[in-house]
Amino acid sequence: MNQHITNINRRNFLRLTGITGAGLVVGLSSKANGIETVENLTSALESYEFSPFVLIEKSGQITIFNPKPEMGQGTFQSIPALIAEELEVSLDKVTIKQTGGEKKFGPGQSAGGSASVRTSYMNLRKVGASAREMLIKAASQQWNVPVEECFAENASIIHQPTGKKLSYGELAEAASKIEAPKSPKLKDPKDFKILGKSSPRPDVPLKVNGKAQFGIDASVPGMVYASIERCPVFGSKLTSYDAAAAMKVKGVIAVETCERIHGVYRSEGVAVIAENYWAAVQGRKVLIVKWDNQGNEKFNSKTYEQGLRDAAKEEGAIDHQQGDFDKAFAEAPVKLEAFYETPVVSHSPVEPMNCLASWHDGDKLEIWTSTQVPGNIVTEFSKTYGVTPENLKVNTLFNGGGFGRRLYPDYVHEAVQLTKKLGKPVKTIWTREDDTKQGPFRPMTYSAMKGALDAKGKAIAFQHKVIAPTLDMKKDYDKTKTNGTMTEGISEQKYEIEHMKNLYVHHYLHVPLAAWRAVTSTTLAFSHECFIDEMAVAAKKDPLAFRLEMLTKESDTKNVLNKLKEVSQWNKPLPAGWGRGVAQYEFFAGLGGYVIEVSKKGTGIKIEKVYAVIDLGTVVNPDTTKGQVEGAAVMALTAAIKNGITFDKGQTVQSNYHNNPLVRINEMPKVEVHILTNGGPKIKGVGEPGLPPFAPALCNAIFAATGKRIRRLPFDINKIA
Amino acid sequence: MITLNINNHSYEVDASPDMPLLWAIRDMAGLTGTKFGCGIAQCGACTVHIDGKPVRSCSFPVAAAAGKKITTIEGLHERIGEAVQKAWIELQVPQCGYCQSGQIMSATALLKTKSNPSDADIDTAMQGNLCRCGTYQRIRSAIHHAAELIK
Ligand code: FES
Ligand code: FES
Repeated sequence: MNQHITNINRRNFLRLTGITGAGLVVGLSSKANGIETVENLTSALESYEFSPFVLIEKSGQITIFNPKPEMGQGTFQSIPALIAEELEVSLDKVTIKQTGGEKKFGPGQSAGGSASVRTSYMNLRKVGASAREMLIKAASQQWNVPVEECFAENASIIHQPTGKKLSYGELAEAASKIEAPKSPKLKDPKDFKILGKSSPRPDVPLKVNGKAQFGIDASVPGMVYASIERCPVFGSKLTSYDAAAAMKVKGVIAVETCERIHGVYRSEGVAVIAENYWAAVQGRKVLIVKWDNQGNEKFNSKTYEQGLRDAAKEEGAIDHQQGDFDKAFAEAPVKLEAFYETPVVSHSPVEPMNCLASWHDGDKLEIWTSTQVPGNIVTEFSKTYGVTPENLKVNTLFNGGGFGRRLYPDYVHEAVQLTKKLGKPVKTIWTREDDTKQGPFRPMTYSAMKGALDAKGKAIAFQHKVIAPTLDMKKDYDKTKTNGTMTEGISEQKYEIEHMKNLYVHHYLHVPLAAWRAVTSTTLAFSHECFIDEMAVAAKKDPLAFRLEMLTKESDTKNVLNKLKEVSQWNKPLPAGWGRGVAQYEFFAGLGGYVIEVSKKGTGIKIEKVYAVIDLGTVVNPDTTKGQVEGAAVMALTAAIKNGITFDKGQTVQSNYHNNPLVRINEMPKVEVHILTNGGPKIKGVGEPGLPPFAPALCNAIFAATGKRIRRLPFDINKIA
Repeated sequence: MITLNINNHSYEVDASPDMPLLWAIRDMAGLTGTKFGCGIAQCGACTVHIDGKPVRSCSFPVAAAAGKKITTIEGLHERIGEAVQKAWIELQVPQCGYCQSGQIMSATALLKTKSNPSDADIDTAMQGNLCRCGTYQRIRSAIHHAAELIK
């Protein structure tokens, strides 16, 4: 026991969170054995790795620290709700603070992979339950009654027999002296008041009155604005620049270089810095920059795509193998082969990349930004820029869309370098053109499919060969190795097919790449599930029945397909000229499926109805979940029918929403979402599983209605015939 | 100096006349509820009302707004606008929320001219407002709901 350390830590913590007066703090502590236990302030602050997640002050003020950035997926509600439920407080009585990558709050300060709830569900409930038990104990001691006679309700402890009541604020100090229970009793889910219910999200009121603070809204006194010119041709080197004309623009104060750091992709840019953003943009227009393109100006999509098709002839590295695919395929009576192609797409969140950074007092750095990864920023940037983690503060603001784009802090690097050079707080804002042209992008994947049926139309052999670059943009890829990210999910589908051999062929791409919402499953599900449909057609079987025949064992996939069958009334005849299609996809983030109904309309098709099923195990907020799937359907539709990103002369062809369009309200189909919650220990993700199966279900429906098989995305929904 | 009347307050801004109104509202008047999304009148995130009509402030020169009545999301204190905000909360429309100031300004302008809009009216009035999170289905329902609320 070291009293001195306790005091120092206590002071640090109080300063860190800006609280006054003692109270109850409960959080998690990582012990050497890696098991997290709940502790209270007094004992836990001696432990270095303590993460305080809830704070109850004497005034009654309750603060919950939320380590999962909010980007529309609902973590501003779903994460604090885990604590609030067990603590018996309603969320509108709680102040929610986003954490900023502070060491105190431990690892896991990031949002991605649909993992926020999955990874917090038990631990944060334990925090809430522990605090509740300590408050109950404090009350029982004060009243001198058994703890069994006391219960928690509405931020108070009540003595059942007498109706006596003490508020959490009144109990906070006494409770803080009680040792935290190591394994608090969690509530029975049937008693839940918040979890599993469609509770309103506390960020929504702020998002309808203009008060929500996004990264782009941050400001500090004395800040200046930057707009950065980056090489239009990917992979170019900065040769020289002439700032004279830019400096003459009213408001422009400096021109400086900065480097965009995106994994192995590095590019030097030239920033025009001004007193206001508009002046910076005007200055940039007259800035003269010379680039050495290093031969990259010859790069274009057409040639690269042909390269992918050629690479498909390579055998590839084995991703998964079972049975003897080559023999079974060679000897099968019915064989199919098909080639599928998908496009490069952009994330295009409506809030463009931006960052406010302030380097001050020689060795301190403060950042205000929209990011999915405050934790990584602190770890990575403290190394890169030589700031101690304690001197690096990240203010995690609301993300105006993430979709994977804000997993990558390239835009934060630029702002940090500029503030360091200028000695002033600098705010960078990418133009929409910067955002569209510079990426990073979701790469395309091409798929060579092979399948075989026996004489009775049973699937006996299957092959999915993926031809694609890797997200890490490494040129010297070891071609004997598969890549789990680029073959995501293809070997995880539950279909029982005896002989299978899945392969990966690497084909290098030098443009900045990134994970996109639902990552590679968004393209691979299209080829995978459309080809399964082709096999069903060859077998002369109903596509849904064909899938279920391959699912003799019980599985979540089988449940999803059966649920889809039920809610879509799959066997009910459709009007003439209509068709319906089905698809499902299971991958790291979870499992979802669709039935989509379409009708012929002139030369094109109309989406009549979309039925979605998402399998969760346990649901925290059904309404948020439905919203996520509705939105995923729209994002998947955009990726399927809008033109996406192409390259010519080494550059991105598209520049803004007019030529990189998104689906608009008039194109929005009716989406009906069903949630499967059969409980169980496995909690699945919400944000991503609604994407992958959308395009294949749509294209399978189009085939059913028109007989036209779509094997390349994007396609023109108004010109199918 | 250009004098702007935003939400019934007068602001003196030192802006070049061709600066888009958006940046005067955000960076000079400090009202950040109005958002930047594209700068070319393609996304609607920057929608404000000028004399009651929806305008894309990213493509409207600040000088042209002088002497006019500008309303931003922060100043939407009137019956229809508040009904729209209420409907937006009841139906939990926003996801990331970034486009929603613009959506609400466009929806309010629609309901001012058509108190009971059809789906086709909604398509026409709201087509200029992009939502990357894909909240369109709820936006449509919320507009219908707001129409009920103002009856
Ligand atoms: S920012 Fe004005 S319409 Fe997009
Ligand atoms: S709510 Fe995110 S862009 Fe509309």
